Amino acid sequence: MDDLIQLLPKLGQATVETLYIVALSLLFGGIGGLLVGLGLYTTRPGNLYSNRLVYGVINVIVNVFRPIPFIIFLAAAQPLARLVVGTGIGNTAIIFTLSLAATFGISRIVEQNLLTVQPGVIEAARSVGASRVRIIRTVVIPEALGPLLLGYTFVFVAIVDMSAVAGYVGGGGLGTFAIQYGYRQFNPIVTWAAVLVIILIVQAVQFFGNWLARKALRR
Amino acid sequence: MALVSLRDVSKTYPPSSRNGSPVTAIDHVSLDVEEGDVYGIIGYSGAGKSTLVRLVNSLETVTSGSIQVDGIEVSDLRERELQKLRLGIGMIFQQFNLFSSKSVWKNIAYPLEVARTPKAEIMARVEELLSFVGLTDKAKNYPEQLSGGQKQRVGIARALATSPRILLADEATSALDPETTQEVLALLKRVNEEFGVTIIVITHEMDVIQTLATKVAVMDGGRVVEQGDVFDVFSRPREASSKRFVSTVVRGIPSPTELAVLRERHEGRIVTLSFRDGNTSQGDVFLRLAQAGIAFELVYGGINDIRGQVFGHLTLALRGDPPTIDAALADLATTVEITDLGITGDETGV
Repeated sequence: MDDLIQLLPKLGQATVETLYIVALSLLFGGIGGLLVGLGLYTTRPGNLYSNRLVYGVINVIVNVFRPIPFIIFLAAAQPLARLVVGTGIGNTAIIFTLSLAATFGISRIVEQNLLTVQPGVIEAARSVGASRVRIIRTVVIPEALGPLLLGYTFVFVAIVDMSAVAGYVGGGGLGTFAIQYGYRQFNPIVTWAAVLVIILIVQAVQFFGNWLARKALRR
Repeated sequence: MALVSLRDVSKTYPPSSRNGSPVTAIDHVSLDVEEGDVYGIIGYSGAGKSTLVRLVNSLETVTSGSIQVDGIEVSDLRERELQKLRLGIGMIFQQFNLFSSKSVWKNIAYPLEVARTPKAEIMARVEELLSFVGLTDKAKNYPEQLSGGQKQRVGIARALATSPRILLADEATSALDPETTQEVLALLKRVNEEFGVTIIVITHEMDVIQTLATKVAVMDGGRVVEQGDVFDVFSRPREASSKRFVSTVVRGIPSPTELAVLRERHEGRIVTLSFRDGNTSQGDVFLRLAQAGIAFELVYGGINDIRGQVFGHLTLALRGDPPTIDAALADLATTVEITDLGITGDETGV
């Protein structure tokens, strides 16, 4: 217990680092996932930019990368991280790789939620002469906003989960903290303290996400 | 020049499976919709009528043939030009297709925003439309808070927002109960009469055609099998599918099974008098039967009114001296069409 009290500043710092990693990954991965998801949705046969070839290509790419376990992906994508963000280690590298992995995961969630939009509603927008870009912006996304927000909340939790392995490439955060000061020091109380913080973060975000989605759905 | 003109239009969908054959939804259809018409297109589901109406605003593209709207060949238009065309063609749907994330007000304003109408004009126009469809107090509500009839009224207001000359109604009342259907049909009638909007109505309910349409096309298997003025098609349907549709709202000549039931209940000579011209007086017919001393009973049938023109089929059981009846019927045959269904117990007359 005394150890934990001594470690409190480090726990605070680890919490901030986790929030930093997760927030930026959610931001970049969220934007990337939205774009790729929109690509999947719009090029799907019968949809606004129906294109079997483009859809097939995006679909295969997502299918190839999405199921790779994150810890392996992290190692495998290191050269790419070096190329793009200039480093293969540390928080910057983990944010890059996490954003990339999240892009693939989020794209499926975006695609699934957009598919719930009634085709008739899109037809109604087309029938008044709306352009396809306008339909996506003013009809498709607003109509799916509630489930999309819930999807992003779900993804936030998944990113917290994935961010815990940051320590493997020299990143920080609660995962690194729990392993380094709890597990390796045979100090389960320290590990549990990290777990508690993660539970609190996840609960708070889930609560906030539900609230936002409820507002969007007006229920 | 017709406002909407279809010439030899066909629409074929590629086969759904690799070894399947292409599906012909529309098979060489030609029809003309004049300005101010309420043109009804009736057919069973799968007859191709929903596809047909979507060709007019190019939500579906033709495989062959020509579609002209106000003299412009629709299939030649590029996406951007199509968007302009669609601002002049409103559309309402069976499932209303309102934007659930937008309020009633925003739903109606949407086409105006698409048309880049100035804000002040949008405000005025939406208020005007809300009052036209009687939903001023629902402006801030969301579609899920409305009844089916109210949703369709919002749909109508949205479709009329940009003051289109043409309104396409795709099974607009099929999801509504009979009372609400009449409300919506009355509203559409006002749209046609007060704003002079040409309406193309797709339906499988003959009732809708009877209440609303001035002209009708009957579709079956992707083809138009019969078309013309509603009164003509109703009073003298030629094709089997037209006859079936007409029989859903008009009691015609009793079928053999119906006749058997009638014979059990009524004595005498059973004849059907068909009033088709809209100007033969029933009163005159009854008077002549009475004057000839023939007792008669109305056993089957009905009289219909289509836009002020009356027609119908009345089946009577006549009792009296057979030669007198023969003479009276011969006399009546000069003014009405008579189908002699014979005497009870004497099937030879049929």
